Amino acid sequence: MNNLFLNTEILPYCKGCGHDLIAKNTTKALGKLNYEPLDIIVVTDIGCHGIIDKALNTHTVHGLHGRSAALASGISFGTDNPDKKIIVFIGDGGATIGLQHIMEASRLNVNMTLVVHNNYLYGMTGGQTSGLTPVGFHTTTSHEGNQFSGYDICALARTAGAPYVSRITGIGDISDQLAVAFSNKGFSLVEILEICPSYGVKLNPKRKLQEIAASSGKPLGEWTQHREPFEKHQGKKTDDLLGEVREIKKVFQSYLKTTVSLVISGSAGEGVQLAAGLISKACVSSGLCVTQKGSYPVTVGVGFSTSEINISTQPIDFHGINVPDMAIITSEDGLAHNRKRIESMTNGKLMIDSSLEVPKTGADVIQHDFRTVGARNAAIFAVFFFALKTGIISSEAILKVIEEEGKTDKLPLPKIKEALAKVK
Amino acid sequence: MQENKKGRHALLDGSRLIIESMARAGADAFIGYPITPANLLYQYGLQRMPLMLAAPDEITTVQWMSGLAATGKIAVTATSFPGYALMIESINMAFMMELPMVIVLVQRLGPATGTATSGAQGDLSLLKGNISGGHPLPVLCTSNMEDCWTLSAKAVELAVKLRTPVVLLTSKEEVMTTKSFNMDLLPEITPLERKYYDLECDGNYKPYKATNFVPDFLPLGQNKHQIRFNASTHNEKGILQHADEESMANTRRLEEKIRKRAYEYTWYDLDEDEQAKKLVVAFGITAAAARHAVNQLREEGRHISLLIPKTLIPVPEVYLEIMESYDEVIVAEENINNQFSDLIYGLKKPVGHRFVGSLGKMITPQQIREEVRK
Ligand code: SF4
Repeated sequence: MNNLFLNTEILPYCKGCGHDLIAKNTTKALGKLNYEPLDIIVVTDIGCHGIIDKALNTHTVHGLHGRSAALASGISFGTDNPDKKIIVFIGDGGATIGLQHIMEASRLNVNMTLVVHNNYLYGMTGGQTSGLTPVGFHTTTSHEGNQFSGYDICALARTAGAPYVSRITGIGDISDQLAVAFSNKGFSLVEILEICPSYGVKLNPKRKLQEIAASSGKPLGEWTQHREPFEKHQGKKTDDLLGEVREIKKVFQSYLKTTVSLVISGSAGEGVQLAAGLISKACVSSGLCVTQKGSYPVTVGVGFSTSEINISTQPIDFHGINVPDMAIITSEDGLAHNRKRIESMTNGKLMIDSSLEVPKTGADVIQHDFRTVGARNAAIFAVFFFALKTGIISSEAILKVIEEEGKTDKLPLPKIKEALAKVK
Repeated sequence: MQENKKGRHALLDGSRLIIESMARAGADAFIGYPITPANLLYQYGLQRMPLMLAAPDEITTVQWMSGLAATGKIAVTATSFPGYALMIESINMAFMMELPMVIVLVQRLGPATGTATSGAQGDLSLLKGNISGGHPLPVLCTSNMEDCWTLSAKAVELAVKLRTPVVLLTSKEEVMTTKSFNMDLLPEITPLERKYYDLECDGNYKPYKATNFVPDFLPLGQNKHQIRFNASTHNEKGILQHADEESMANTRRLEEKIRKRAYEYTWYDLDEDEQAKKLVVAFGITAAAARHAVNQLREEGRHISLLIPKTLIPVPEVYLEIMESYDEVIVAEENINNQFSDLIYGLKKPVGHRFVGSLGKMITPQQIREEVRK
């Protein structure tokens, strides 16, 4: 036997199965292109075509039903050697199951060739209808003939971006057509029409492959479009995620001796998360340990915005806060989101915008107009107010964070200072 | 004493530590798709991993990772239950093909879509049995920021050394909370050196012939030996077989390689008080509450020990030994069915076993303290 790619001429298919022709013509085409067996990676799907592996002298990868196009894409992404040829064998059943993977490989123009063995039904599992079965074709699950027209896999792949697509009948020598597809750089798809003697022929007696192909309304042919093959543009990378984290030096003092839990809450777009970040960083620069966690609705631009902060002289194990020691509430949304917690407070401090109705609470209530420098800065103003009223951090520590983060010009600091001067 | 005196202090989240650690350990690729609460990991994966690809869905994610693994790359992804559920068949494929990869599973409240922004510890029972045949899929679980660093690198190492997908289990609260942290406390991570089958070896390379339970790896891409990866039942050559003796031995080996070599990958913290008769057991996010509770109980003068399991699957037998050596064992986990104890004891919990659970809320130190004081 002079086929480098096959270790046997007797392939494991039923007599007359089109898969035999496809496998042999595939290896013939590879020979014509002067490939060596180990230049080739054949990825097989589940289905009768997939049991070809053991007969091949190429590398073989045998995966899951429908997923071979995705598996092969991964192999293609990881293969640094462009001389390797990746070929996927998949059936019409697998192509139905994994249609999304074929679309994605077409869209990204992944370097490989997908050979769709379209015998119009699931052969291995007993002759059931697939998404590629033509209208009127009889299968074991459509005795009256298939009600719906099948997908045009070629048109779909082409629309998704495949630069080379062809549909041929699996009759005679098809090695030249396969060689053209294999020579394409990027993604190519060949749909080969065949008929499964065990189910297709039996259930559709007297019908010929060409006639069935014509009845499907999907023309034979070759469709090309120019596209560059997939390349991994990776954009800007960091080589150290920790290197880009700003170190916070301890330059301030805090008079805190214990642990304080704080909730700051307001409306989306009013700087709550930014404010919470300022408090946390100012705490760290004051020698304290901090945890901070934000919560907001999935629609981040509306509704409440809350941040929970624990502050301690000691490392913090548990960061959950049920009832906080302190709460800063800058808006109605923030109040609604935290009302229960505030009502449960038996001591501590509630700093709340003076426009809001104060809920029943055991906390000391401090009311103030947090919107004095505009709604957008309500939470930022509240941070300075918090510093002033609690002494846990100083205004200097907050200003230093703002300066280090280059936000000095973005915040109305003089106005905040002016407004703070009026706080009793 | 204030912690924050010496060292390089910063505000960090666990996601950042996980991705940086894995990259340093040798992970080459992050395959991502958006899912709350794993999005920070996706973001960092994009910034840090030499290769980042955005997959269109969960199945594609693990298929791409498997393809990359077959070429010698180590890929990582991050997901939560809804995505993980869809990945399971492909994870089984990677397990059967013996392809290394790490899946970071960030737990959130289920069932189904549940609450994307609520933490939970509800996925352990699933992880116990998500490989068909009951083969153990290794699961490591982070219990604090240090673990996000050290265990992540270990997960990569374990995946490569045992040629298996590995799950790094964590939860929303661990990867989305920012904490002040001394970066000087992070130990060095040595990059993994991958050992491949010696290409110059003349003998016939058999892709699934194992030494010490693990077959030598060769990436697709070399021209010296034929490689076969196979997700169906296969023999040492990687050729599909029915249930013959050789392939059954191979399938059995997949079980044995994880169980018998798991001792190399057993991590846990045991903080023992020699006079204690009570033991608190907690993993993952609840370990933080347990540490806090145990410290407070000790301040009250109580004798109490604490076990924090980090290797969850396969379950190290030592956990049972430790737990059996106490009169009372209080297991705390953020679910309503005590999944960890099910894993250890099965149906019948011993006398003296107690459970502190929670749904949709972190377990507090107070809940644990109250149970211990009973
Ligand atoms: S069942 Fe059909 S598709 Fe399968 S090998 Fe036999 S003829 Fe071919």
